[in-house]
Amino acid sequence: MSEQELSCHTMNMEMPMDQGNGTEAKGKAGKIKEFTKGFLKENPTFIIVLGLCPTLSVSTQVSNGLGMGLAATFVLFFSNVIISSLRKVIPDSIHIPAYIVIISTLVTLIQMYLQAYMPALDEALGVYLPLIVVNCIILGRAEAFAKYNTVEDSALDGLGMGLGLTMNLVLISLIREVLGHGTITLFATKNWDGVIHVPLFGKYPVSVMVASAGALLLMGYLMPLFKALVDKVEAKK
Amino acid sequence: MTILAILIFYIFINNWILVKFLGLCPFIGVSKNSENALGMGMALTFVTAITSVLTWAVYHGLLVPFHLEYLETLAFILVIASTVQFVEMVIRKISPPLYKALGIYLPLITTNCVVLGIALINIDQKFNALESFFAGLASGLGFTLAIILMSNIRERLDYKPVPGSFRGMPIAFISAGLMALAFKGFDASMLTNLHLPALS
Repeated sequence: MSEQELSCHTMNMEMPMDQGNGTEAKGKAGKIKEFTKGFLKENPTFIIVLGLCPTLSVSTQVSNGLGMGLAATFVLFFSNVIISSLRKVIPDSIHIPAYIVIISTLVTLIQMYLQAYMPALDEALGVYLPLIVVNCIILGRAEAFAKYNTVEDSALDGLGMGLGLTMNLVLISLIREVLGHGTITLFATKNWDGVIHVPLFGKYPVSVMVASAGALLLMGYLMPLFKALVDKVEAKK
Repeated sequence: MTILAILIFYIFINNWILVKFLGLCPFIGVSKNSENALGMGMALTFVTAITSVLTWAVYHGLLVPFHLEYLETLAFILVIASTVQFVEMVIRKISPPLYKALGIYLPLITTNCVVLGIALINIDQKFNALESFFAGLASGLGFTLAIILMSNIRERLDYKPVPGSFRGMPIAFISAGLMALAFKGFDASMLTNLHLPALS
């Protein structure tokens, strides 16, 4: 079993994985493409289907989804930058352990930051925060992209993928929270508890949506929808 | 009694895949046929049981005395990666048939969330070494149960008229969602009814 499969859990093998074109310089359009592909064409959740565990488990509240997405973006951005700048130094035979050490150091950093400054979010994310280490999307991008591309491209790729992931998390948690609780929870400030009440939905909550089953069902319906959207956008080009 | 409670809790009530979404990637990726599903489940059970004890030992023997608890994530993932590598080498030497059955799944397990997840949960729950071992074993068995059920469903789905855009992964997610609904039946009150110590 090749290492590419190892990092990507064998599941995206039928998907086209863009490995970039090496260290060649790219035009401005190419740079923008590196950034935007994370939102639609290579959307991490719905198209490549990687990194599902945190996406589905913490998406019961918008604030948790947003926090998890931003934490993952931070890790993804810096891991891509560090790994691509070290790509000529790390020997090929031990590259997976080396990547894991880099990634888990970044995760430990963000965990300590959240514990110090946002204890509520740290509490809410619980065990899923340290589990960013084994989030396949991060190792997947390191393996499929940062290993072959320049620092600048990898940074754009990491940022785009991370923000794409954040977008998905916010989308899923928005649907789940509005249908399941009839509220939208954002971060609390001094004179506002951060909860928006959506009329009507609060009265008749669809409680299956906030249960684990709801996340899986929602995922099953959003995937074809997203696929259709991407096909439409691609056809327009 | 605690051990029985741990087994029931992590196999049914707190099934990692269907309730907590850990290890969802291999669950969807390797569940296309039941033979592979069984192999993946067995390999994972084997690894979680061993690494649960090892990470417990590393935490209490190495990190706590030196006050390095904040390094647990880093230390655990290294323990897991090296254990998996070691187990793979040992199995290849000792039992070629077992290697043939489990070998290809072993490298995939390093990045499986269940393995790291249960290692961290063991510390969180303040389990002792024996309890950690059974928590690891039960997590693996819970995973095996879920992935075997899933692969059987998917084998049957192949012959059913599924709408084109739902074929493959989307319908697998919907089936998993319905399975998760069924697993809701296993409630935490089950432990109380069986007069077992409660877990959370």
